[in-house]
Parts: sequence; C-alpha cells; structure tokens
Amino acid sequence: MRNLLIFITKYNAFFLFLVFEIAALTVYVKYNSFQKATFISSTSKVTGALYTQVNGLKDYLRLKEVNDSIAKENARLRNQLKSSFYTDTAVKHDVTDSVYKQQYTFISAKVINNSVNRATNYITINRGSKQGVAKGMGVICSSGLVGKVIFVGEHLSVVQSLLHKDSRFSAMLANGKEIGYIEWSDDLDPHKGILKDVSNNAQPKLGEQVVTSQYSLFPAGIPVGKVSNLHTRQGGYTLNMEVALAVDFSKLLYVDVVVNKLAQEQTGLEAQEKKDE
Amino acid sequence: MSRTILVNFIRFFALVFLQVFLLKNLTLYNLSTPYFYILFILLLPFETPNLLLFALAFILGITIDAFYDTPGLHAASCVLLAFVRILFISITVQKEGFDNEPEPTMSVMGFRWFFTYALILTLFHHFFLFNLEVFRFSEIPYTLSRFVLSSIFTVFLMLLTGFLFYRRKERT
Repeated sequence: MRNLLIFITKYNAFFLFLVFEIAALTVYVKYNSFQKATFISSTSKVTGALYTQVNGLKDYLRLKEVNDSIAKENARLRNQLKSSFYTDTAVKHDVTDSVYKQQYTFISAKVINNSVNRATNYITINRGSKQGVAKGMGVICSSGLVGKVIFVGEHLSVVQSLLHKDSRFSAMLANGKEIGYIEWSDDLDPHKGILKDVSNNAQPKLGEQVVTSQYSLFPAGIPVGKVSNLHTRQGGYTLNMEVALAVDFSKLLYVDVVVNKLAQEQTGLEAQEKKDE
Repeated sequence: MSRTILVNFIRFFALVFLQVFLLKNLTLYNLSTPYFYILFILLLPFETPNLLLFALAFILGITIDAFYDTPGLHAASCVLLAFVRILFISITVQKEGFDNEPEPTMSVMGFRWFFTYALILTLFHHFFLFNLEVFRFSEIPYTLSRFVLSSIFTVFLMLLTGFLFYRRKERT
C-alpha cells in the first residue's frame, strides 16, 4: 500500500493528467446530447451577454451592408404587391378564401455569434423560447437556407448551420423536381455544398437552381444554391453534384426562424405509424 | 507571489478576450486558425504545482469552449498541453538555480529555448485539437494541412508577443 502511494506521488503528473483528460473527454462525448452541457455554451448568461455587447459594437461597422440588404428585400417585396400588377379584367371581386390557411410563420432574429471556419459551425441568434422558437425548427435568411435550431434558451437559441459535418437537409433540383439531400462539402469550403442521392434519371444542368423540397423543415422552394460542378464522385445508382451555396454564411446578419404549424401533427402521425409497424 | 498571481489573472482574461473576440474571426484561406490563448499555460511559472497547472488548463479550456460552443474539446487539448509542458520542462530545465519564481518567458530563457518550447507544445495541442474536432479518417490530408498551417500562425504570434514584452536579463 505504501509503495503504491509512493508510486502515485512520484508520477503524480501522469495520474493527474489521466483524471483531467478523462473528465474533459467525458464532457466532450456527452455533448452530443446537447442539453446536458447547456451551461458551457453561448446561450448561457455570461457568454450570451458578452456576445450581445460586442455585437452591438460591430453593428455600427455593418450598417451599410444592412441597409443594402434591406433595400433589396424591400424592392423584392414591392414587386409582389398587388398594386404593382395591373388587372386586365374589368370586374374584380375579392373573396375571403377559406381554403388556404397559413401553414408557415416566420420569427425574425438577429445573428449575435457566427462562425464558418470550423468543422462544426453554430450560429447564435437573439430569439428564444419566449418568442416561440423551439428545437428542430428550420432557419432561413433572405437569400436562402441557413440551418436548424438545435438548442433553445429563454432569450437566445443556437442554430446548427448548414456548414456542419452532421447537417443534412432535403433538397431538390428546381426544374426537374428530383429529390436529393444537401450536405456541406467535405473540404470545409463555406461556399460549397454537395447535393447527394439524386436519381440517375435527372438531367441536371450547370447553373440550375437547387431549392428546398416539400419534405424539409422549410417551405418548398427556398433557394439553396446553384449546381456548380457535375463531375463529382458518383454513388452507384445515384448522382452527386457540387452546389455553390446561395447564402454567404460569413456575412449573415438577420435570419428568419420557420414555424411550421403542422409540424407537430406530422411528427405525431409519423411516430404512430412507426409504432404500428 | 501576489504579483505573480495578479499578472497571471490579468493574462488569463486578456488572452481569452483576444481569442474570442478577435482571433475567432480571423482565418487565412479557411486553413489557418490561430489558437493563441494557450500562451497562458505556456507562461505559468516553473514552480506551479502540478494539480494547479492541470486545474488552470482545464478551466481555460472550458472557458474557451463556452464561447466556441464545443464543450470539452478545448479542455481536453489544454490538459494534454499541460502534461506535455511538465514533461518538456522536466527534461530541459534543472530545478535548482532559480530564485524569485521565474517564468518560462523569452527574456528569461532565451530565444532558442523558448522557440523550441512554444513549437513543440503548440504542435501537440493543435494536433490533438484538430483531430478530435473532425474525428474522421477520411479528411486526414485536409486536417493535417490545417494543423500545420495553424501551428505556424500560432507560434508566429507567440514569438511576436515574446519580442514585444522582451526585457533585458535582470538576473544577477
């Protein structure tokens, strides 16, 4: 026993190393179930507050870009106004349509923390459960698809951006409507994604739009990017192609969280189906 | 003694702030990211007890993790770094002959020793960090190039700081 103690004190550095390393790795592995480690993330009080402060400062430097993007968005919205279309029929009657009910609503949020240069990139936004954000909701911005909410705090949420090695969203070719899924490219380039598992019948063209499909968290038709290279590794019976992403993640300023009113019903039904099988 | 604690305390916060608010946004060609904050562990005094050294490394790692949203990743790398530091110092420095708690800075130890010290410790830390972050074999060439280029960047920043705070030897 005494010899053991002497042994341990003589090599105390090594044993301390083991203890601390195991502790750190345990935290790292457990982190996959995100909730357990919430106090060590950017939604916590201290880090969240600091990021908000610094972000307030940065906003001044970016005012011009914000102005530009808002002006562009304004122009786009104005194009959709009724008053900017002319009617060619003389009689026009308004009907309150009870067939269409709103399925998607959007919560606008500001990006307060963002990264693009790591293998796992997250975005922190300044809306949380109080404003109606919930885990699993999709996130878009004015130019296209951004990611998925993975953790919700009271006032802040963390979004797993498309630039994350585990991100995967259903997408399709805009013209052919062939379904595949979009992932981040292997070489961690923040402007490049890969559209995978498109059926062999598809005839994609360079520059063709890739948009979200109706099976995703998002409304169908949200832009993802444009096909930029067809000659990527092929996966047997399916096609893979490179996509130039529509969103410039490094300049992300404002995003919208997509609230799907039918999401709960859908997941409920699908869970039931699985149980029945 | 109390002066050493104060200096290290300030250094801790200065380096964390620098890392989180400036260097986090800094990347060269998506390959080279400096993790400069590890300088804190490098510059702790020689006499630091092992337990305290590991505890500080763990706390520093977790603090950085909190800002990077990667619980445990930097903590694990920093603990490894602390262990390599103990080994390196026990091999290259003899314990006797120091009074008034010297620190392993460039002014005390000289350029050559400090350069080797910074280089070896940074390599260990970055290698572990980048591989743990990706945790895939399929991307090894990319991970390795990130590791090498980032290490160069980090060591470069360390040497710059070393020269910036260089003082003529006061040892008599």
